[in-house]
Amino acid sequence: MRKISIDKLNSLFSAIAENETLYLPVDTKAGAKFEKWHDGAVLSDALNTVRSAKDFFFPQTENLMDFKVDGKNIEIIDTREECEDFVIFGVRACDVKSFEILDRVFLAEPVDSYYKNRREHGVIMSLACTKPHETCFCGTFGIDASSPEGDIVCHMTGDALCMDAKTEKGKALLSRLDSLTEETDGKAVEEQKKVTKERLAKLPLASLSADSFGAGKTEKFFGAPEWKELSQACLGCGTCTFVCPTCQCYDIKDFNTGHGVKRFRCWDSCMYSDFTKMSAGQPRLTQLERFRQRFMHKLVYYPTNNGGLFSCVGCGRCLSKCPIQMNIVKVMKKLGGKEND
Amino acid sequence: MIDVKEPLIPKIGVVTDIRIDTPDVKTFRVVTPDGKKAFEHKPGQCAMLSVPGVGEAMFSITSSPTNEEYMEFSIKKCGCVTEWLHSMEVGQQITIRGPYGRPFPVDTEFVGKDMLFIAGGIGLAPLRSVINYCRHYRDRYGKIDIVYGSRSMQDLVDYKEIIDEWANDAGVTVHLTIDREQPEWTGHVGFVPNYVKELGFSPDKIAILCGPPIMIKFTLAGLTELGFEKTQVYTTLELRMKCGIGKCGRCNVGAKYVCKDGPVFRLDELDELPDEY
Repeated sequence: MRKISIDKLNSLFSAIAENETLYLPVDTKAGAKFEKWHDGAVLSDALNTVRSAKDFFFPQTENLMDFKVDGKNIEIIDTREECEDFVIFGVRACDVKSFEILDRVFLAEPVDSYYKNRREHGVIMSLACTKPHETCFCGTFGIDASSPEGDIVCHMTGDALCMDAKTEKGKALLSRLDSLTEETDGKAVEEQKKVTKERLAKLPLASLSADSFGAGKTEKFFGAPEWKELSQACLGCGTCTFVCPTCQCYDIKDFNTGHGVKRFRCWDSCMYSDFTKMSAGQPRLTQLERFRQRFMHKLVYYPTNNGGLFSCVGCGRCLSKCPIQMNIVKVMKKLGGKEND
Repeated sequence: MIDVKEPLIPKIGVVTDIRIDTPDVKTFRVVTPDGKKAFEHKPGQCAMLSVPGVGEAMFSITSSPTNEEYMEFSIKKCGCVTEWLHSMEVGQQITIRGPYGRPFPVDTEFVGKDMLFIAGGIGLAPLRSVINYCRHYRDRYGKIDIVYGSRSMQDLVDYKEIIDEWANDAGVTVHLTIDREQPEWTGHVGFVPNYVKELGFSPDKIAILCGPPIMIKFTLAGLTELGFEKTQVYTTLELRMKCGIGKCGRCNVGAKYVCKDGPVFRLDELDELPDEY
């Protein structure tokens, strides 16, 4: 494990940015946001960014390919380019876990080459949480906020940033920074983990359990009468799906530029009525059905297809952003039976 | 440039023939610019066709895999992409990618069985691939019955092929019906579900259904009355799709994705899905 004094953070970031594009959370008018580092940029103190980190690998919109149309003829233009190496600093444990959840979708055969390209070139420097919020419930999904995964796991311990490389990519980057950093025994990190764990245990959602959900529980929950009450006030705005680090539904749309056609992929939301609408009919006519789809997917369908892994990381973004204060925690409490009373 | 295959990037297809089947159904023949089939498929599988600038949509491949020269798609005009496809002329290029989905088990569970095909309207399109596959490998299957109904005589898709080819095959019996009487129609009149019950098929065969949901619903009830087990009945689903490879999330029903786990489902598999299709 290596460490660097906090007052030298700028030189650390500068050294990373010499070779790779570095992104880190900075404060903006709209809250904390991952931005490209520039000399003097200050790392945000916020617990987490307003939007998740999924944009790095699965951007909100991306150009998939172009077409040239000439009379009856079409030319397909492959616009893919090898992504440059980049480093994301300050990714929290929940968001790091979300990458694994996205991987299981995009890297499953047939592999999505757009996602894979970015994923291969991105180095994740995660940052352990020290002061989790009351909307945090990553522990429900077995995530330890005090000890995230990542290529390089970082802990901010008072006067120093401690960095532990966990993967080949991480080791390569950290060794490049050797001249700036010094070896540390990790005692401060262990001490911090202990304190953070105590804080995590005292969170209001610390006892929230996902045990009653999971693989193969479709029949148990699909027809539950509680969906009606839970979904009643849902506006179908889709905010929850946009801030969610694991929501990955997408749309493909063409745009005619006047000189050709660009085909785009954009985030989409199962909360929208036209998500499933066909000329032949609409299988999810009501907001109840669309609302239910989102939570059933995260708590039952995804785990069924992925060895029990839930498609929620407990980041709490939907808790703070939903305009009607409805969220996955309320759903789990209402449907989850005794454990969540 | 990335030197790996990307499933979302299509191939160019050329429309070499357009057949007008009904007032709102046309059948398009598609090959690659060098005159070959775009890819191999199995009966029941689908392909994504697109018109750049208009959109991409999933269609069942109507032609049988045994056709080595081209693929055919019977398409009903009912939206942006299909509207555009219907306005095309021969020689137009489109894009094509696939094949997608789980096919009918024509080489396993269907082998040696009597086959009962039941279709309504444009529902014949996905079944035509299986029917012609079974006709091609005639000795692998038992007796073939085809029940096909439509609103009117003019709405029967592939009418010429049905009358001139299917009905003349040994061991193949075609039962056509239309919803309402027409002066020039001498065949059966009535809805498909009732006709299936009237014909009283013995439940010792495989039944494959495709058609409007209401037809499927009542025909299934009829088949159950006739003694068919759920493991003998197959259908093919249609849901909105964007990727075709189980990632975009649109065709997700329960833990299944219709584009990759379907579109073909056996009735007992379908029963395990939530009622959202």
